[in-house]
Amino acid sequence: MTKLKPRLSLLGIGVFAVLLLGVAPVVLTDHWLGNLGKYCCWAIAAVGIGLAWGRGGMLVMGQGVFFALGAYSMAMHLTLESAGDGVPGFMVLYDPLAPLPAFWEPFRSPAFTLAAVVLLPVIAAGILGFALFKRRVKGAYFAILTQALTVALATLISSTIRETGGDTGLSDFKYFFGFVLNDPANRTLVYLIAAGLLVVCLLVVWQLYRSRFGELLVATRDAEERVRFLGYDPANIKLVAFVISALMASIAGAMFVPIVGIITPAEIGAAASILMIAGVALGGRASLFGPALGAMAVGWGQSSLGSAWPDGWTYILGLLFVVVILFFPKGLSSVLGRFTAARRSPGERPPAAVSAEATAAPELEGVKA
Amino acid sequence: MTAASLVVKDLHVEFSGFVAVDGVSFDAHLGEVRFLIGPNGAGKTTCIDAITGLSKAAGSARIGEQELLGRPVHKIVRLGVGRTFQTASVFDELSVLQNLDIAAGRHRPSVSLLRTRRGVDPAIAQALEETGLADEIATPAGILSHGQKQWLEIAMLLVQDARVLLLDEPVAGMSQDERTATGELLQRLAAKRIVLVVEHDMDFMRRFATRVTVLHQGRVLSQGSVADVQADGKVQEVYLGTAGAATTADMLAVPDLPGVAAGTQKQEVD
Repeated sequence: MTKLKPRLSLLGIGVFAVLLLGVAPVVLTDHWLGNLGKYCCWAIAAVGIGLAWGRGGMLVMGQGVFFALGAYSMAMHLTLESAGDGVPGFMVLYDPLAPLPAFWEPFRSPAFTLAAVVLLPVIAAGILGFALFKRRVKGAYFAILTQALTVALATLISSTIRETGGDTGLSDFKYFFGFVLNDPANRTLVYLIAAGLLVVCLLVVWQLYRSRFGELLVATRDAEERVRFLGYDPANIKLVAFVISALMASIAGAMFVPIVGIITPAEIGAAASILMIAGVALGGRASLFGPALGAMAVGWGQSSLGSAWPDGWTYILGLLFVVVILFFPKGLSSVLGRFTAARRSPGERPPAAVSAEATAAPELEGVKA
Repeated sequence: MTAASLVVKDLHVEFSGFVAVDGVSFDAHLGEVRFLIGPNGAGKTTCIDAITGLSKAAGSARIGEQELLGRPVHKIVRLGVGRTFQTASVFDELSVLQNLDIAAGRHRPSVSLLRTRRGVDPAIAQALEETGLADEIATPAGILSHGQKQWLEIAMLLVQDARVLLLDEPVAGMSQDERTATGELLQRLAAKRIVLVVEHDMDFMRRFATRVTVLHQGRVLSQGSVADVQADGKVQEVYLGTAGAATTADMLAVPDLPGVAAGTQKQEVD
């Protein structure tokens, strides 16, 4: 039984990979494949949130920050690639003689860009997590703090229109590392990279969940103080999970840019960060597939229902959220598990109440002695 | 395993002006089951909290040459000091084996964390045998009986290879048979490890204590063997209010009742 379950999950990832990488590109139209690619990006970020929040108990409400680090690194590179040797068009708009800001310059290099996508979130989350977890900041305080950071970053980008494109964001990317993005074949390639990365992320958390680290992370979530009394520093355990989750958000952002073709502060702000969480909560935050499938479902809802009925979509999402939290606090993925558990053993629990009666008796004896 | 003793000298703990522990000194050695007793609010648990780094304290608590006070909690644990809590705190969602595996993990290189567990550590198998939990190896800790949870905690200390076991009311909420089993377990463990027990239960104390320290209002009231302590007039006074009105056994048993009852209610909450 204990060995069977991880194997089944691995099989599930396999099926998922075949569907995403093999079936979807054949079956779906170009438009829907692009949409699916976008959902895959959100799903990658969601897998990270599942690790940090579902298994680690850290409600990361500011994944938009790390999403932005990856997205803007990639967007800056693609913008420069499209602009050739010149300065990006939007900068010339305000000042024809504007020099390229110094922090843009290194993003001309593809290698630097890829390194930035990986290292920037690791460094940022490492410093932030170290400062917070060593000080034992947790719960609502942690959630609010991360949320505030993402608002701050979105505001910063909005207000620096000359350097970052502001609210209009960065868009009109023509090339992706030399590939012409207008070509449907290349767009399929970009989709395949995103879907492949999603599968890799699932494999990473699959191994983490069945490893000793995964057990330790759950233990830290449930009883941090107890873990400390086993000689571990819980801050380090949480830091590792937080950094990995930030890295996944950054990868998601980096793939989001060539697939969607635009990145604006709205995609990384508070609302976007909460939408990422919503998908994870719907799917089931502590499960392996829950976060990814939940995020994809919310993404699909947003682009189909959201475009057909923009006013109603928010209400549907809100209602769905309330119903799930109320009746399935562990997410939709827990429904199946609950059903089988209820069928297997109706009310088979050891008699915890016995201990109360058992206590009273020896004390009376003590008095007699 | 070294034979270093736990020596606590002149321990002071203050909570914003309120002195909870005021100059307490005691020691514990290999081969004895050491008890710390006293009425509610005597400062027993606070002493344990101070030794394990949970509460700030002045004075000294040493194992051999190593000073414990002033170090962070997990560093003290790494020096070989393990403790249990009044309310059994195990990881409810993890199995007995997983609980023990985590407790044993501190001695492993951190890279091994990324791998999956294969088989059962010999140390874990031995601890399971010793605490009688071998049949519950795959049971989620959350559905163990109360007594089994306490034993699991003790087993976790064993695989953690703690040199000093600080047990906070280990038999609260246990049946008489479980108490006897626990007491005998502690006596076996005391041969290799320093065992210090904080207890309310006087009957348990009488049966299994080697040496006893009685605390009262943050000070040491009396210290010695069970017989010495029971014969001490000050102890009788504290436990009954007036000295020499009844037999010693009764005196020690009477205040015991509300204390344990309160402890039990606390246990039932979780």
